[in-house]
Amino acid sequence: MLAVNFLLLAAVLFCIGVFGVIARRNAVLVLMSIELILAAVNLNFVAFAMMNENIDGLVFALFVMAIAAAEVGVGLAMVLMIYRNRKSIALDELSEMKG
Amino acid sequence: MENAWLIALIPAIGFALIISFGKKMPFKGAEVGLASMAASLVVATGAGIQWIQRTDSASSHGGEEAVGGLFTGVRGALRAAEGAEAAPYIEPVVTQWVWWQNSGLEFGLGSHIDGLSVLLLWLVAFISLLVQIFSLDYVRGDRRYTHFFAALTLFSSGMLVMVMSSNMVQLILGWEIMGLCSFMLIGHWWEDAYNSHSALKAFFTVRVGDVGLLIGTAILYFGANDFAVNTLDSNGFDIRAIGAWALSGEGSSWTLLMASICLFIACIGKSGQFPLHTWLPDAMAGPTPVSSLLHSSTMVVAGVFLVARIYPVFWEGFNIANGGLSFIAVIGGITIVIAAVLAFVQDDIKKVLAYSTVSQLGYMMLGLGTGAWLPAVFHVFTHAFFKCCLFLCAGSISHSGSHHSFDMKKDMGGLRKKMPITFYAWCASTLALTGVIPFAGFWSKDEIIDNVGANGYSVLFWVGLGGAALTAMYMTRATYLTFFGEPRGAAAGIHHDDGGHDEYAIDFREEIVHAEDIDRELVMAGPAPQSLGAAAHVPGDTLEHDAEGDPAHGGHDGHGDGHDDHGDHGPHESGKLITIPIVILAFLALTAGFANPTPLAGDSLGANLGEGVELIKTYVEPRYEPVKIDQAAGHAGESVQLIESGTLLAAEDSSDEPGDSKAKCGRGTPEPGTVCYFPNVKHAVPELGKILLSLAVVAIGYMLAIGFCLSYYGKKNPKLVGLTERSKIARGGYLFLKNKYYLDILYQRVFVFFVSRPLAKATYWFNQNVIDGAVDGVGASGKATGNWIYKYIDQGLVDGAVNASGKAASETGHGLQPVQSGKVNQYGALLFGAATVGAIVLVILNVS
Repeated sequence: MLAVNFLLLAAVLFCIGVFGVIARRNAVLVLMSIELILAAVNLNFVAFAMMNENIDGLVFALFVMAIAAAEVGVGLAMVLMIYRNRKSIALDELSEMKG
Repeated sequence: MENAWLIALIPAIGFALIISFGKKMPFKGAEVGLASMAASLVVATGAGIQWIQRTDSASSHGGEEAVGGLFTGVRGALRAAEGAEAAPYIEPVVTQWVWWQNSGLEFGLGSHIDGLSVLLLWLVAFISLLVQIFSLDYVRGDRRYTHFFAALTLFSSGMLVMVMSSNMVQLILGWEIMGLCSFMLIGHWWEDAYNSHSALKAFFTVRVGDVGLLIGTAILYFGANDFAVNTLDSNGFDIRAIGAWALSGEGSSWTLLMASICLFIACIGKSGQFPLHTWLPDAMAGPTPVSSLLHSSTMVVAGVFLVARIYPVFWEGFNIANGGLSFIAVIGGITIVIAAVLAFVQDDIKKVLAYSTVSQLGYMMLGLGTGAWLPAVFHVFTHAFFKCCLFLCAGSISHSGSHHSFDMKKDMGGLRKKMPITFYAWCASTLALTGVIPFAGFWSKDEIIDNVGANGYSVLFWVGLGGAALTAMYMTRATYLTFFGEPRGAAAGIHHDDGGHDEYAIDFREEIVHAEDIDRELVMAGPAPQSLGAAAHVPGDTLEHDAEGDPAHGGHDGHGDGHDDHGDHGPHESGKLITIPIVILAFLALTAGFANPTPLAGDSLGANLGEGVELIKTYVEPRYEPVKIDQAAGHAGESVQLIESGTLLAAEDSSDEPGDSKAKCGRGTPEPGTVCYFPNVKHAVPELGKILLSLAVVAIGYMLAIGFCLSYYGKKNPKLVGLTERSKIARGGYLFLKNKYYLDILYQRVFVFFVSRPLAKATYWFNQNVIDGAVDGVGASGKATGNWIYKYIDQGLVDGAVNASGKAASETGHGLQPVQSGKVNQYGALLFGAATVGAIVLVILNVS
């Protein structure tokens, strides 16, 4: 199996995730896009570990998964607070700046 | 002698007392004046006696103490003459109080007693005392009696300060005090415009000369200072140091010449020489005591004193040693003649005497200029006596004879019977003035003329003789008009109501006298005194008055209370207070000549009394021997002790001839280590032939004048009467003299007018337009520059830079503002963009 296929898939997932972070209106969907980015990065790590037959990549992927979980917890808590205050989770309605 | 400064201080204190308390005193201040002058005279006499003793003990080389004063002195001088030793130099006694010092230059105030100062101190004190006694009666009842005495006392103090001064600064101080008092006293009756004008004229004319005094002092200071500091431990203002420097050969002849000329210009002003003599006749506007004290015996000889005192400067500067024709002698000679000629056309008796004074001052200057130092100084001495006596007689005549008028032609005549004492005193003084043996003037004036001839100046010798003849002639004219003939006007008892006002109409200011103004009534009208007085009175009203309508008063007003005493009695002899000083002075005019009768010291007159008879020469004339320097240095504040002078040097080269030219002082450079204080002047040996010649000249003058007066004024000789009407030359000459050679007009109309109108206007224009214009211009340009800087640099550049920096900051802020838009999506985009850029950079860096 060529590692390049895994890397290409990870790149595509990453780009979709970046597009989602930038262009989505819904805060939860942004969080989901962030998860997608993290997944892509995970895949990248595993592919490279497999390629180099080194275990460091796999270990780091475990860390990444832990971090992702923690971050989602915090992120969803923030989205909940925003919804309670603003009654909406559309990101373009969050700005109170005047110019 | 150490306390000789008292002589000047006492009258100064007297002045202060009179000014402060005079009006409340019983005699209105006169008693303080008299007391101070008497005290001054006593101290001066004491100083004189001490000086004589000092000279004698030095002459006899530290021999016995001279206890008998004069007689021992005569013996001592005889001994010295027979021993044919050169007489040692007698150090003057100098006491000095330093009143200011600045970086080693000390200014001192004190006394410097040597023969010349002792002579003049005594003379000034004596004459001042006599004049003050005279004024007690003369000025009685005057509106400013107290101030008159105050000013007289201050004047005496000033002259005494000058005479005893040891340095030029004190001399100038005394000089200026005298000028101030002269101004005050001439203008004593200043309510009259003529008097105040005369006072101003006197002051300004003398001031013109004073410029020379200041410049000369400065030149001498800078010239003499190095020499004085190095060799004599004094400074360039010290008179002895200046004299020593002049004779040491270290001064350049140019410096000495310039200094001499400048100082002599001061003398021309103060002593009334040509061309600054114009103030003296107008100074007669002051009261007669003033004329007799200031303007005949004492103040006007201040210039002569200056020359005599700093004689070494003039000796070297004008090269008198070698018979060079000196400026001094020429001016003196000119003055003798022009003043004597002017005395012929004066109607005012005081003006005749004023011109006579100018002429005699010319004699003194002539003597000094040709090397006849001793005769000139002796002439100062004798001239003071007889001239003061003449003025006091004129005062006596006007006080009691001609009812306060001084006009000879209108108010005098035939007074010899009514005023015998005055007449005899006048005659004695006239004989003394003209130089008839054995009166005083003969011994002094003829010595001057003799020395002038002997020193090689033949032209000036004849000028001097001619002057003597002229003197005889004009004095005879004045004597005849005053004392002989028929009484006229006030002398005849006729009082003019306002007639006296016109007496100065002709001579008033600088009006030009025209032919029609000349008063010919004296000789044209009939001989009867009544009609003569009346006839003289009437044309007086038509004479020209000043344009402003001021009647030309002259100086006789002010006897407000005195008028009532006279009543209607005619001329009479004056009271004792007036006649006693006159008699004393007349006696001195007879006998003062025997203080230095040079012809009697030799064989010329048959009686050889030896050189000891020449008292003035022994005691007054400084000796010409060089003096060793370490003995000559005197410090300020100590009096210099008697020294043994440099007899070693003198003995080496002195021969037995008197006045020999081998002695070093004045005719060569002194040896190093010695200084000279006085040059070796030559003394002419009088000869019988010359004496007879001068007496003959005077006698001819007398005879001509007596003859003329008798025929013109007495018999009214038709060939002479009206000569000025018939002959144009005679009239032209007469007018030329009457207008005082047009000099007054020249000075007033040309010089003064030029300065006061065109020059002042031009200067004002220059001041307003050029100087003020420059200042304004500078101000305006400053203002314009300020404006420009404000507009372009301050507002434009500096503020622009500040504004620009502020704007840059705010624009940067504005530019960065969109980064913080608040849009979360944008934040996310920026985040990823930055990450991308970072990644690319990292890749590039790691790959390359």
